[in-house]
Amino acid sequence: MTEPALVVNNLEKTYAGESGRAGTHALAGVSLTVEKGDFFALLGPNGAGKTTLIGIVTGLVNKTGGKVSVHGVDIDTAPEKARTYIGVVPQNMNLDYFGKVSDIVVNQAGYYGIPRSVAIPRAERIFKDLGLYEKRNDQARMLSGGMMRRLMIARALIHEPQFLILDEPTAGVDVELRRSMWEYLTGLTKAGVTILLTTHYLEEAERLANKVAIINKGEIIVNGTMAEVLTMHDSLTSPGAGESGYRGGKLEEIFLQLTKEK
Amino acid sequence: MTPYQTWISFYTIVRKDVVRIMRIWAQTFLPSVVTSVLYFLIFGTFLGSRIGQVQGVPYINFVVPGLVMLAVVTNSYTNSSFTMFMSKFFARNIDEILVSPTPPWVIVAGFVAGAMVRGVLIGIIVIAVSLFFTDLAVHNLAVIILFLLVTSLIFAVAGLINGVFAKSMDGINIVPTFVLTPLVYLGGVFYSTQSLPGFWGTLTKFDPIFYVINGFRYGFLGVADASLSLSFGILLFFALLFLGIAWYLIRIGLGLRQ
Repeated sequence: MTEPALVVNNLEKTYAGESGRAGTHALAGVSLTVEKGDFFALLGPNGAGKTTLIGIVTGLVNKTGGKVSVHGVDIDTAPEKARTYIGVVPQNMNLDYFGKVSDIVVNQAGYYGIPRSVAIPRAERIFKDLGLYEKRNDQARMLSGGMMRRLMIARALIHEPQFLILDEPTAGVDVELRRSMWEYLTGLTKAGVTILLTTHYLEEAERLANKVAIINKGEIIVNGTMAEVLTMHDSLTSPGAGESGYRGGKLEEIFLQLTKEK
Repeated sequence: MTPYQTWISFYTIVRKDVVRIMRIWAQTFLPSVVTSVLYFLIFGTFLGSRIGQVQGVPYINFVVPGLVMLAVVTNSYTNSSFTMFMSKFFARNIDEILVSPTPPWVIVAGFVAGAMVRGVLIGIIVIAVSLFFTDLAVHNLAVIILFLLVTSLIFAVAGLINGVFAKSMDGINIVPTFVLTPLVYLGGVFYSTQSLPGFWGTLTKFDPIFYVINGFRYGFLGVADASLSLSFGILLFFALLFLGIAWYLIRIGLGLRQ
């Protein structure tokens, strides 16, 4: 039996408080499993703990307790090996704005031990796929917000990760670009790449993901297949919910009910 | 990572920094050249002719090694502190490395090597500039190279540690301005510590930069205020100590991982 792409077990994170104030309890015993090949949507309101969870998995945040393994590799015992499986597109821009687009991506390959002779042609292929080819010699700061998002996706893909983590990758991106990005990412899942996505566009999550978890105040409150979660719709939403007008898709209504109750 | 992959990762960190250093040459190289020319003019040509000889050589030949070290120390230090601080604080692109399988010791080695490239290049440039003002004799080239490298190493690592701890621009400016510069000036750049009265001479022996200048100057002049092996031993101690601290800080992710 193959190992899941991600196993999170009883994960805890408390951020230290400043000047003697109590710290923030960001994750309170979170457990979830992402199987290989899943398109997994991790949803939650702002401050729910999504980015903290992703930060711990990718090595940007030190956890307080619990266990995490990526492709069967414990991030405590072999953090570097675990990271070889992961590509991450962070929520916030973290680009070297004065670096050339091609250098940023090729350098990222270098950090994974991929020589430039391999990385350069691979980067050019990704640039063409993502519509960045014409911009490859520009400095990152010259790009529009949407182009920067594409660049961060290109950077995350350069080492051909088996597990791609996308933390609100379409925030602030126009509809056309968002659709083309999803089309591209859906193609990746067909090629066997596992995707963990956080987004506030719940209709997209409903359409794209086959598994979903909702996190609120550091706790997982729903976790299952998209079909299972959507069956909760009728029992959770009141009969008159739709009478005041359109309120979004089923997942959005479930999300609002659950996070409100919590 | 295999040794080859580790090498690629190290090379990538260094290459990125060197490309940056070269791209902004007017900020990285030019200030040291201008400052050195002024020092050579004032302390070498204008004042030096009145001072005469120190330790048996013209004053300008005496101050050149110290001025070279001044440039090496400050450039090595500011390069790594600035690079680390900017990449963790402003662009936050240090995450690019932190999410990769690059081990902490390679991150340290990469940042330090990049800063050493700048420090050593500046040292060579300042030596070259000094040749316009005096004929510089070389007593022992191996000693010159050894002290140039170990000095650049120590201050590149120290700068990296500073960059990790710094929480604001002030944090990376305070040490060079209020610690490093006084230590350099009081470490014997412009005078022989043998000429200092007892207390001040003894105090200078606690200044690590005194040993930097002492060893490097020996390489040119063949005279030293302190034993060469003692100087090198002290510098080696600081190099290993700082490397250990830097590796530990990067490994636990202080200021880098939340």
